[in-house]
Amino acid sequence: MVKEIAHSLREYKRVSIATPILVCFEVAFEVLIPYVIALLVNRIEKGCELDVILKFGAVLVAMAAASLVFGVCSGASCAAASSGLAKNLRKDMFYKIQSYSFRNIDKFNVSSLITRMTTDVTNVQMAYMLLIRLVIRSPLMLICSFIMAFVMGGSLAWVFVAVVPLLAVGLIIIVVKTIPLFHRAFRKYDKLNSSIQENVKAAREVKSYVREEYEQQKFGTASHDLRKDFQKAERILAFNQPIMQFCLYVVMVVVLSFGSYLIISNAGIDGAIGVGELSSILTYGFMMLNSLMMLSMAFTMIAMAGESGRRIVEVLTEESSLKNPENPVTEVKDGSIDFDGVSFKYSENAERRALADINLHIKSGETIGIIGGTGSSKSTLVQLISRLYDVTEGSVKVGGVDVRQYDMEVLRNSVAMVLQKNVLFSGTIKENLRWGDANATDEQIAEACRLACADEFIERFPDKYDTYIEQGGANVSGGQKQRLCIARALLKKPRILILDDSTSAVDTHTDAKIRKAFREYIPETTKIIIAQRTASVEDADRIIVMDGGKIDDIGTHAELLKRNAIYREVYTSQNKEGHDLED
Amino acid sequence: MKTKKKGTLRRLFKTMLSFYPVLLPVAIACITLTAIVGAVPAIFMQRVIQNIEQAVTGTLTWEQAGGPIMTDVYILIVLYIISILTGTAFSQLMTIITQGTLEKLRDKMFNGMQKLPIRFFDTTGHGDIMSYYTNDIDTLRQLISQSCPQILISGITVLSVLFIMLYYCLWLTLVVLAGTGVMLIVTKKIGGGSARYFIKQQEAIAVEEGYVEEMLVGQKVIKTFCHEEAAERGFDEVNDKLYEASRRANRYANMLAPALFNIGNVLYVVLAVVGGVFLIPELGVFNISFSGMAISISVVVPFLNMAKQFTGNINQVSQQVNSVVMGIAGTERVFGLIDCPPEVDDGYVTLVRAREENGEIVESQERTGMWAWKHPHQADGSVTYTKLQGDVRMFDVDFEYEPGKPVLHNISLYAKPGQKVAFVGATGAGKTTITNLLNRFYDIADGKIRYDGININKIKKADLRHSLGMVLQDTNLFTGTVMDNIRYGRLEATDEECIAAAKLAGADDFITRLPEGYNTFITGNGANLSQGQRQLLSIARVAVADPPVMILDEATSSIDTRTEAIVQRGMDALMKGRTVFVIAHRLSTVKNSDVIIVLDHGRIIERGTHEQLLEQKGQYYQLYTGAFELE
Repeated sequence: MVKEIAHSLREYKRVSIATPILVCFEVAFEVLIPYVIALLVNRIEKGCELDVILKFGAVLVAMAAASLVFGVCSGASCAAASSGLAKNLRKDMFYKIQSYSFRNIDKFNVSSLITRMTTDVTNVQMAYMLLIRLVIRSPLMLICSFIMAFVMGGSLAWVFVAVVPLLAVGLIIIVVKTIPLFHRAFRKYDKLNSSIQENVKAAREVKSYVREEYEQQKFGTASHDLRKDFQKAERILAFNQPIMQFCLYVVMVVVLSFGSYLIISNAGIDGAIGVGELSSILTYGFMMLNSLMMLSMAFTMIAMAGESGRRIVEVLTEESSLKNPENPVTEVKDGSIDFDGVSFKYSENAERRALADINLHIKSGETIGIIGGTGSSKSTLVQLISRLYDVTEGSVKVGGVDVRQYDMEVLRNSVAMVLQKNVLFSGTIKENLRWGDANATDEQIAEACRLACADEFIERFPDKYDTYIEQGGANVSGGQKQRLCIARALLKKPRILILDDSTSAVDTHTDAKIRKAFREYIPETTKIIIAQRTASVEDADRIIVMDGGKIDDIGTHAELLKRNAIYREVYTSQNKEGHDLED
Repeated sequence: MKTKKKGTLRRLFKTMLSFYPVLLPVAIACITLTAIVGAVPAIFMQRVIQNIEQAVTGTLTWEQAGGPIMTDVYILIVLYIISILTGTAFSQLMTIITQGTLEKLRDKMFNGMQKLPIRFFDTTGHGDIMSYYTNDIDTLRQLISQSCPQILISGITVLSVLFIMLYYCLWLTLVVLAGTGVMLIVTKKIGGGSARYFIKQQEAIAVEEGYVEEMLVGQKVIKTFCHEEAAERGFDEVNDKLYEASRRANRYANMLAPALFNIGNVLYVVLAVVGGVFLIPELGVFNISFSGMAISISVVVPFLNMAKQFTGNINQVSQQVNSVVMGIAGTERVFGLIDCPPEVDDGYVTLVRAREENGEIVESQERTGMWAWKHPHQADGSVTYTKLQGDVRMFDVDFEYEPGKPVLHNISLYAKPGQKVAFVGATGAGKTTITNLLNRFYDIADGKIRYDGININKIKKADLRHSLGMVLQDTNLFTGTVMDNIRYGRLEATDEECIAAAKLAGADDFITRLPEGYNTFITGNGANLSQGQRQLLSIARVAVADPPVMILDEATSSIDTRTEAIVQRGMDALMKGRTVFVIAHRLSTVKNSDVIIVLDHGRIIERGTHEQLLEQKGQYYQLYTGAFELE
């Protein structure tokens, strides 16, 4: 996990390395300052002259200035390194997701990916900040203070040899005990939050079934349960403070009593410790213990960020299930499609085959309709053509070449697909349409809109083609959205055009007009139309009836009406009375 | 602004005090004691050092000088033991108080939220609601468990140390206070900069989240259009902005500690110099202090230590500035949610079990299968009973969601018990709004709605809603078993009743084919079920509730016509003998209604049976023949 995350450091490696180095200097000064101060105090004690004090003062101010500079620099480089890592992690995740195949996309849901890119990255960022600053700083501080304590206090410093391990062991026990507890509590926290989300989404159900009290009880139990877990973990964690206090006080008492003894009994002997050393040694003691505390805190936070790290790495290491071939074919000859013995499963261990034994040959320029109930795998069938998924068995050929041999971008630019779940993006109509062809001229855009019967309503907008589409196309109606999506696909000038239930919200009249335009203006393009309404496929060259992942029948409207039960059923359910009226 | 902040903190304190009337004062007492005991040792240290000084200058031996020194050390040990005990007590109590307060506030928020009108859920973003329970509670935790105790303990320490400093020397104290002033100014500058960029960072995160969400929702479209690179370029742009804000915010935050630390160091030097100057006997500086001590080395040395303690604590408080500001904002939001006025319910007509006795309806304790509206009349104190039948009438109803933007005009309609009324019209025509008024999710602006002849404003909301069943387009299921989900319709329903309801709805067939049948666990709103299956479950759920009136809002719209035929059988069985309001996109669903109401921009433009409306050759006819586009 660490390796994958470290991989995202890249240009921030230098600041990442600079930070601990700067921290080292910072620590050096921080440790030296009390030493100089001790010297100063000793001099004052001996009743020295003002100029000596001033000299010492100047040295100390200079050291404080240096310490400040290093402190600020290390802080800045630490901020740059950790924000940089966060930036690159987000970037790598986003880019990785862009390389995902449909199969990979199905695996993660959008809100979980967003959490990973926001909350989880923030957690890792915080942990990294602690890592490059505290994890170096604290042990270094510990060691330096230790050395200084010995330098200044001599035998007095032995007290730390006893106290530091005591504190270390205490803190380690607390960390080891609390981390699993916190993990458990945080999982419960996630669960509680998702149950709140559930409640908010289902507000209408809760109210109309008058289940407010029931929901309150449910929540109360879960909330209480969560509190118990957190409280348990935090009560153990709260022992940090008293243990720290205890160790600090032991140091104080020993230093004061034994130190006084040493000073008094060795008074007058050269090199013996004085009052100055006494207070400095206390300062070092505090530094030592404090750095241990910080270390344990940092360790706990880093351990807790581990879960976030794992979730990020999951996204980063997910390998796209589709790969470009080594010597890809870069031209799609024509719009013919061949399914040879195709079977398909959504996941390897799925029992059910979403598609089974499909043999189908479509000539270039043909118009094919597909009809079938939900779960009959109509969408699955067409998604194999532009290699959004790979077949499990058999092969799919476009223009006589297996789709797996094409360069994916070439293939997908030749096979335009209007998905069932249409999405427009925030931006003007023109910007949305240029997804189909980035270099399309205004005339070409208008032409595509004419074919998709979108021009009539676009012209009615005050800003016409510059009308701003809100996120998800919230400000256009369902039918308008569908027509814009068709226009967008047409701009690709594809060899094959697939409409997956893309005119369901368009009125029958316009629907017919669009199909007529297809026939007249793009006759060489192979058109595949999946529809709920038989009216949308009636005039196709051939109609495929799908049922339970198999081709139930293929034929023209008239043939199927005569011989196919499913087709007839769908047709009558939609047309019986309406048809009578039209006659 | 400032007073509002203070008000929030005061209210938080009062709330916590009401939760823990004993524990909280005890905890505060403990922490005060800890802080005071923590500050006092400075005095004893000073005395120890003074004794050492005297011993050294007087060349006393340890045997001679050790006595008084050890007495002070023993006093120190006692103080330390007290400090550890109170410190431990405080930290244990505080975790209990923190977690308890969080739990209680969470419960208060949630319980309050359950009582809020549906308008709240319709107008507040779900992400926004979630952040009450996550971000705001987190900042509150930080405030209660860390910042407030830290400020309290540091404040008390600072005060105690200030007193002790004054005890020794006014002049040096003034030097320390001047230094503290500098530290506060620096804190304000750096802390302010940091807060500004942290807010920018929050904004940048929101922008990035929005972008990522839009792209990921459309990820499959991006793939089919090979638009990955453009998406990546767009992402880089927002991502770089976030990086910049985050880097600056953290840079400022990281700067604060070394800045204050080194100001503390410089202050130390200044003190030493000033102290050194004072010590020069020729100057003969006159000391002003509580103790009346003259300036000597045993004043200056401990003073240096106290100054360190003083600035150290100021530093500690300064580090809390960010989290206090954020904590107060979070607390304000939490209280804001708790303060939202709940849904008003002035209804007094209730639904009771009833039986018929001598042609009269009387209340019954046993289950009779019959229900009645119990209507107490305030004027004469009498009580009348009206049989629950499901007769719904609307008279000249007007409604607006926002003042000045009327959504419904002059809606009058009636549905006799057992009738099926269908609403047809474009999106935004007001179909769903009408059903929102029936169960009083929203209250009408003008006109009257009567249920079994009773003005629905007089009916208790809970009872009114019990008498109305709803199946919505988006089925929401709850985490739990299939059985739990069906039973949601009526909590006291037996397993048999739930299964019977599932059979009625035509859901039994697929449920029994699930791996664990009725005990199959549903998570994530039934992600493992198909749309049709979820729809069937929600129909079974309403079937077990068995209400006399049902509202079906686009209940079958996302099911294809073939599957719908199966669902339809369940629906037909369910609708038998009930008053039903149907909203449907698909005209095949509404065809056999007793009356079809065509709505346009909040007005009824056509009404009649399917045959009548086709004959009229109006809007409905055009819709039906597909010459007209819905939505």
